[in-house]
Amino acid sequence: MTSILGGRLGGATTLHLDDALDTRSRLVVVGNGMAGARFVEEVLERGGGEQFRITVFGDEPHGNYNRIMLSPVLAGESHEDEIVLNSHEWYADNGVDLRAGVRVERIDTAAKQVHAADGSVTGYDHLVLATGSYSFVPPMTGVRTDDGSLLPGVYGFRTIDETRAMLEATGRCTRAVVMGGGLLGLEAARALQGHGLQVELVHAMPWLMNAQLDAEAGAILKRSVESLGITVHLDVLATEVLGTEHVQGVLLKDGRRLDCDLLVVAAGVRPHTDLAVRSGLEVQRGIVVDDQLRTEDPDVYAIGECAQHRDQVYGLVAPAWEHATVLADVLTGTDPDAEYHGSRTATKLKVAGVDVAVMGVNTPERDDDEFLVISEPRRGVHLSVVIRDDRLVGATLLGDTRKVAFLTQAFDRGAPLPEERIRLLVDLSDGVEEVGVAEMPADSQVCNCNGVTKGDLCGAVSGGCATVGEVMDRTRAGKGCGSCKSLVKQIVEWAADGELTEDPAASWYVPGIPMPKPELIRAIREHDLRSVSAVFATLAPDGKDDAKSKMGLTSLLKMIWGHDFVPEKDGEFINDRVHANIQRDGTFSVVPQMKGGVTTPAQLRRIADVAEKYEVPMVKVTGGQRIDLLGVRKEDLPAMWSDLGMPSGYAYGKSFRTVKTCVGSDFCRFGLGDSTQLGIDLETRFQGIESPAKMKLAVVGCPRNCAEAYVKDVGVVAVGNGRWEVYVGGAAGATIRKGDLLATVGSPDEVMTLAGRFMQYYRENANWLERTYDFVPRIGLEKIKAVLLEDSEGICADLDAGMQQSIDAYTDPWGQDAGEPATPGQFRSALPLVALPQVPVR
Amino acid sequence: MSAPHLEAARPTTPGTELGTPATETPPGTAAPGTGTPHVVGRVDDVPPGEGRAFVAGDVQVAVFRLRDGSLHATQAACPHAGGPLADGQTDVDVLVCPLHLFAYRWADGAATSGAAPVRVYPVREEDGLLVVSV
Ligand code: SRM
Ligand SMILES: Cc1cc2nc3c(=O)[nH]c(=O)nc-3n(C[C@H](O)[C@H](O)[C@H](O)COP(=O)(O)OP(=O)(O)OC[C@H]3O[C@@H](n4cnc5c(N)ncnc54)[C@H](O)[C@@H]3O)c2cc1C
Ligand code: SF4
Ligand code: FES
Repeated sequence: MTSILGGRLGGATTLHLDDALDTRSRLVVVGNGMAGARFVEEVLERGGGEQFRITVFGDEPHGNYNRIMLSPVLAGESHEDEIVLNSHEWYADNGVDLRAGVRVERIDTAAKQVHAADGSVTGYDHLVLATGSYSFVPPMTGVRTDDGSLLPGVYGFRTIDETRAMLEATGRCTRAVVMGGGLLGLEAARALQGHGLQVELVHAMPWLMNAQLDAEAGAILKRSVESLGITVHLDVLATEVLGTEHVQGVLLKDGRRLDCDLLVVAAGVRPHTDLAVRSGLEVQRGIVVDDQLRTEDPDVYAIGECAQHRDQVYGLVAPAWEHATVLADVLTGTDPDAEYHGSRTATKLKVAGVDVAVMGVNTPERDDDEFLVISEPRRGVHLSVVIRDDRLVGATLLGDTRKVAFLTQAFDRGAPLPEERIRLLVDLSDGVEEVGVAEMPADSQVCNCNGVTKGDLCGAVSGGCATVGEVMDRTRAGKGCGSCKSLVKQIVEWAADGELTEDPAASWYVPGIPMPKPELIRAIREHDLRSVSAVFATLAPDGKDDAKSKMGLTSLLKMIWGHDFVPEKDGEFINDRVHANIQRDGTFSVVPQMKGGVTTPAQLRRIADVAEKYEVPMVKVTGGQRIDLLGVRKEDLPAMWSDLGMPSGYAYGKSFRTVKTCVGSDFCRFGLGDSTQLGIDLETRFQGIESPAKMKLAVVGCPRNCAEAYVKDVGVVAVGNGRWEVYVGGAAGATIRKGDLLATVGSPDEVMTLAGRFMQYYRENANWLERTYDFVPRIGLEKIKAVLLEDSEGICADLDAGMQQSIDAYTDPWGQDAGEPATPGQFRSALPLVALPQVPVR
Repeated sequence: MSAPHLEAARPTTPGTELGTPATETPPGTAAPGTGTPHVVGRVDDVPPGEGRAFVAGDVQVAVFRLRDGSLHATQAACPHAGGPLADGQTDVDVLVCPLHLFAYRWADGAATSGAAPVRVYPVREEDGLLVVSV
């Protein structure tokens, strides 16, 4: 069942004026992609709806969508509904006749008619070709079946339908090969890798993104990509696709064979010119147009990726949108002399999670060109600029694009360059005085895709836009690739100077209850709501429950009510329902508590016995200093817990997890404090406490930091003379951040109090799933210090009491549910279809 | 209301009798149904708001009892990557798979993300028994 993106709701129809009565001239657009649809918008904005009867042909059945955003859709980061730009409804509302799913086959330029695949013949006065490009499939043996279609399992990456098909395939496939190491190939590789596929990337050129980067930058990008776990093969062609019914692999020219069940061909695009060729228009690489986007035929125009202007064919959206603007000016008569003179492409992209910005040339071309390079391969950063006659003629920024705004400015307008050239690439002020948005000139471009300047954003704010979202809607800033969103937000906030209204939903604690956390907590207390269903019944719009809000509410209610919380199993995620972590094959993992990472021979023996008795497929030492029994059947969980006789280690919950410790003063020759004991004490006190997101702690005996306390939610470091440093907001997971020093205290007891107070403050104020590494910078260290150390809000006693209430309410879930299930069938198998165990036995 | 052609008087789901874990039934596919009704277990086997897996004839199904009392049944394994749907979370509109949190609408089984849909089966209560037609 494939649905139509931006499809029309049932019942809506387009009204047609009787053709004979309509005196407007006929404007026909072929291609409903990013250029074609934007052109129609631009025409309508100029009042063209009264001048023209507009017909748009689109090969794809959908409304118009943001093709750039297919990468995040493939990665599962964006939902396809979010990328619709103009729905069928929009066309109908604007009186535009959209012929979606209809391919134009031929143009009769003499009779001024287009012939479409549905047999229709449509006359025009002005015709605009915006047919874009298609994925180029290089000649390889076996890539196509006899009927000319791609071998099943082989995909291009250009349309939403291809993206859907690949998304669907990710569920079945395990190994992917991506052909092509340009923008598209890298994005596809990263997305597939994110779905758990093993990905190999094959690129025919000696370095990645060779069209944009020089060899050195390409090599650094390769390291960054490989660090994601993607294997990169450079400088080699794929010659053959293996498999008869379905792809099984590819053969490389050097004889190597790469096995795969999914093959993505992203080896470049070719302009869609067949229609123009067949119609006798001049076509070289693209459809040749003049400075008014006109082809040889005075009534036929071409815009976007299918057009070739002054020998240039562009592969980016910004030039396509510039074409649309100029042509709309010309055709509507708003500016009949408007001309397009080419685009200086400065592109800012995020490729495979790495920031890239490129403009102009990437290497010096003349003897007296100045060339400045800063290369930090280990950090994945490579920055370079090329200067000619005191003007910036090229820049490449990889891994760090903080300087892009200034460089774009200098590149576009030839702004004067600093004497010390290095200032082009780094802030010599030690990063403290980063050029703030206040100092940016008003005409500096913020959104490259849509050509929106800082001035445009400020204009929208003074014109009455009251939220960041409204400004983005009004100016279209951030609506292309989205890489400028954070800068847009900063500028809008600066321009509004505190006058902004927040997008309300952004501040809700969970999506299903329209309240920010403090208000929600008040309402829960006021109405005495003790269960998740009671919260929905009382506070949700129409009393409607919401699956994606339940887990967050359960956590919050537990914190508020402690003992008096009324549990409901359906308010919990499966992990919390069975106190174990669900695995990809529907089995579970069991991680017993091992305080501070310290165990005993007796405990180890018991774990060993249990592992044998229940045929545990894998026993593994975790990164949290304890032992994981993986691949356990749900039915076996209660019996295993009883046999283990150890409490849960809470490796599954959004809760207090572990305290890692080092051997400290007991054994280590450098130890300055008893880190092991303090770790055990912390874990004993705070075990199992639920929280907005995981809380992981560590205690180390000296600043050598062997248990990584600097990068924990709460990290404690012995610094000698009985003193301990307490760090908060550290992280070394998906985000890396050194914790901020909250305080240095004089005893383990003070550490316990301060850690508990911080965690309670976090529990009460953090958003659902907001880790401390986001929470601490959001609130600000100074504020946290004032609240927790100086009691500036007079809440320290409440915080301590709140934490104590949760500690008192703690019961070991294993001990409890092992005896008697909480609900009927709590541990009944949910019958995964794959045979158990799927995970290999070690 | 009576069930005129109920073949099975006894539940067909092994796990609803004493003892046998349901994993011992070979995995079935979400084949298009012929509409044959099967008693798969008791309504009480499914706690309010939760889901449980059963076998209807030889088809594995997940049955859900929402807090508003309504019953829903789907294929047992997620069409995305085989996730155990009975372990998912629910609300009045959708079922959310526990593995990658794809959501499927009760109304027609369509995925809100545009991924492949889940198969939904008619289910009703009869004298405290769950009857699923597959
Ligand atoms: C088992 C373990 C890996 C191992 O074999 O060593 C592990 C396994 C998982 N980690 Fe982890 N993490 C493990 C230590 C870590 C560590 C190291 C540590 O705890 O010191 C980190 C970095 C510290 C941190 O949390 O920031 C870590 C950062 C993550 C993250 C990234 C969190 C972030 O916001 O940056 C996730 C994803 C998430 O939470 O959304 C994650 C998620 C997961 C999940 C729960 C994925 C999932 O949702 O199913 C894995 C569960 C496997 C299972 O079923 O048991 N795991 N994970 C480690 C268990 C530690 C323990 O004993 O409790
Ligand atoms: C995954 C991906 C990521 C990208 N990322 C970026 C990025 O980060 N930044 C950037 O600037 N650019 C990016 N691009 C490129 C950008 O999408 C294109 O430059 C832009 O879409 C070009 O617009 P267009 O209208 O010329 O072509 P298209 O958007 O391809 O539209 C052409 C349309 O015409 C239709 N058509 C063709 N022939 C016919 C016919 N005979 N009859 C009827 N209809 C026809 C096609 O079906 C298509 O819908 C990306 C592209 C992809 C695929
Ligand atoms: S952190 Fe210090 S005390 Fe701990 S093991 Fe390392 S050196 Fe020893
Ligand atoms: S298996 Fe259900 S969402 Fe992935």
